[in-house]
Amino acid sequence: MVMRIASWLAGAAALALAGSASAADSIKIGFVSTFSGPTAVIGNDMRNSFELALDHLGRKMGGKPVEVIYEDDQQKPDVGKQKTEKLVQSDKVDFIVGYIWSNVLLASLKSAVDSKTFLISANAGPSQLAGELCSPYVFSTSWQNDQTPQAMGLYMNQKGIKSVFLIGPNYAAGKDMLAGVKSTFKGQVLGEEYTVWPSQLDFSAELTKARNSKAEAIFVFYPGAAGVQFLNQYVQAGLKNQIPLYTAFTIDELSLPLQKENALGVPGAQEWVNDLPNEQNKRFVADYRKKYPNLRPSFYGAQSYDAAHLINSAVVAVGGDLTKKDAMKAEMEKVNFKSVRGSFKYGNNHIPIQNFYLQDVVKDADGQLSLKTVATIVENDQDRFHGKCPMK
Amino acid sequence: MLLLVEQILNGLQFGLLLFLLAAGLTLVFGIMDLVNLAHGSLYMMGAYFAATFAAWTGSFLLGALLALGATLVLGIVLEVTALRHLYGRDHLDHVLATFGLILFFNEAVRLIWGPAGLALPLPSWLSVPVEILPGVYYPAYRLAIIVVALAVALLLYLGVMRTRIGMLIRAGASNREMIGALGINIKLLYTLVFGLGAVLAGLAGLMQAPILTVQIGMGENILILAFVIIVIGGIGSIRGAFMAAIFVGMIDTLGRAFLPDLLRQVLNSAAASTAAPALSSMLIYLLMALVLVVRPEGLFPANRR
Repeated sequence: MVMRIASWLAGAAALALAGSASAADSIKIGFVSTFSGPTAVIGNDMRNSFELALDHLGRKMGGKPVEVIYEDDQQKPDVGKQKTEKLVQSDKVDFIVGYIWSNVLLASLKSAVDSKTFLISANAGPSQLAGELCSPYVFSTSWQNDQTPQAMGLYMNQKGIKSVFLIGPNYAAGKDMLAGVKSTFKGQVLGEEYTVWPSQLDFSAELTKARNSKAEAIFVFYPGAAGVQFLNQYVQAGLKNQIPLYTAFTIDELSLPLQKENALGVPGAQEWVNDLPNEQNKRFVADYRKKYPNLRPSFYGAQSYDAAHLINSAVVAVGGDLTKKDAMKAEMEKVNFKSVRGSFKYGNNHIPIQNFYLQDVVKDADGQLSLKTVATIVENDQDRFHGKCPMK
Repeated sequence: MLLLVEQILNGLQFGLLLFLLAAGLTLVFGIMDLVNLAHGSLYMMGAYFAATFAAWTGSFLLGALLALGATLVLGIVLEVTALRHLYGRDHLDHVLATFGLILFFNEAVRLIWGPAGLALPLPSWLSVPVEILPGVYYPAYRLAIIVVALAVALLLYLGVMRTRIGMLIRAGASNREMIGALGINIKLLYTLVFGLGAVLAGLAGLMQAPILTVQIGMGENILILAFVIIVIGGIGSIRGAFMAAIFVGMIDTLGRAFLPDLLRQVLNSAAASTAAPALSSMLIYLLMALVLVVRPEGLFPANRR
């Protein structure tokens, strides 16, 4: 009995020691993304890429081991907020990364910012974050939501399209996306439909209206599985031969295996495509495919990979002393790492000023469908909300 | 006008699909007094089976037929091994146990097929639009759903109204204790009814699969609508489920189609665009609330005492 208690005490003491040791000597990163439900493939791709980045960094930053706590937001704003609070208050993480969904990020933002924990958005880019809600502690390795559809609007102008019908989901990002395309597209917007997000998966009523509007083109934003469903229904309705489709975040490496031939010839805009020819990107894509056979990285993954390197640059700059928040912020503002999208700069609101490319779906050498960069639509594009951000 | 025709077809197609799901649910609820939340899982399994068998056999129709057989077997196995032990217990026990089954099926699918989901591609003769009226094109596959679902509804009607088993099912829906007392093999009847419900759910799932994707949890949102339908139609009533499913399908689709334009007459465009989807998804629940207030037993109750 005495022995038992003694060993239990020894065990408890060892645990306590281990706990305190790791708290002082490791870099703690919280990662909030969607790991359950139909959009878990996106979260998995982000986690895979983040893990790959840590492998490339020797799983250390500034000489200290890195500990990552992954949390599932279930694609729900309330859950995301709760997980963010848990990471900040009880795990006391040094950085929070992730966030696919704009509504989840907007709900979680205050908890992170109030505690002065650095938050790196690896995807979501709501307009509020670029404008009035910008913060010295928040950085983005993605874009502001409007930027990608703005690029698509410019491309539609180039194609000489005179009228468009817009369809998107009724949540923060959906509204940004449709506003973005309207801000650059010079033709007529013949209709604008919002669908219930994320539950509505049948778009027959919207497609019927689009056809009857006699618009020359349809623009949609449907990330994740909804993009597969939309494209299925668009093709089944025979619209592919009638009204060309222009997209933002609807066709990517994760949805393509399900969209298959339906996606051939449907253009999209993106700040990263798997075939961008810089060295950092070649290494990222090749090693990803080696580490995760049968999978291909998407832009979600590329942005997460960059987020790890952004954090690393800050930790290295302060020699691992994470109390020097101002110095870390100043270092991150310099973008002192090699991004897989090529070089970019940060605006005053910590949103990248970067190029956007036109991507198309093609059959690659081994007969598989993949995405290919066709052209640069816009260079060094800055979001249109940075003026509203009080940071200078 | 042509727009209205097309949207009515959209609503009809959605409603008929909901009917297939609700028919099984209402039979199981009405006859066996079992609240089966896992009905949506059978819908999901039908879709997964169809995608798998279609990939194996290379034929959409063969894959669909095999999937129906597999769902029937799965339904019977599920009834015999798990649900049989729940009869006569409290509804809360049913909810807990069948909610557990939802989690079980979701994780099982994740283990077997992976988290990414599957595609069920259509044969080319179904993936083209057909001209139903001059100038009105409609997807052939959605028309096929309407035809198949109407045929199934007719078969169900004949089966339930004109056959001996159907008579037993109707008797079971009106008074369960009595048919047991009359010496009917109630165990066998229950297994049969549950198997039938499973096949109907599987059929709905596999027909919906090419329109949507085959993915984990695909049955959960639509199950809520199925429950709304059986409440509106009257629990245990196939006719009620049919009428209510068509109502709900029409209200949902026509609401989505025309409400934004109506709202734009009174609100500014941005506010209308945002409010309309929220409001149109509420309409169904408003209808349910209204039915519960005016006729709590449903519009077409099964047991008229």
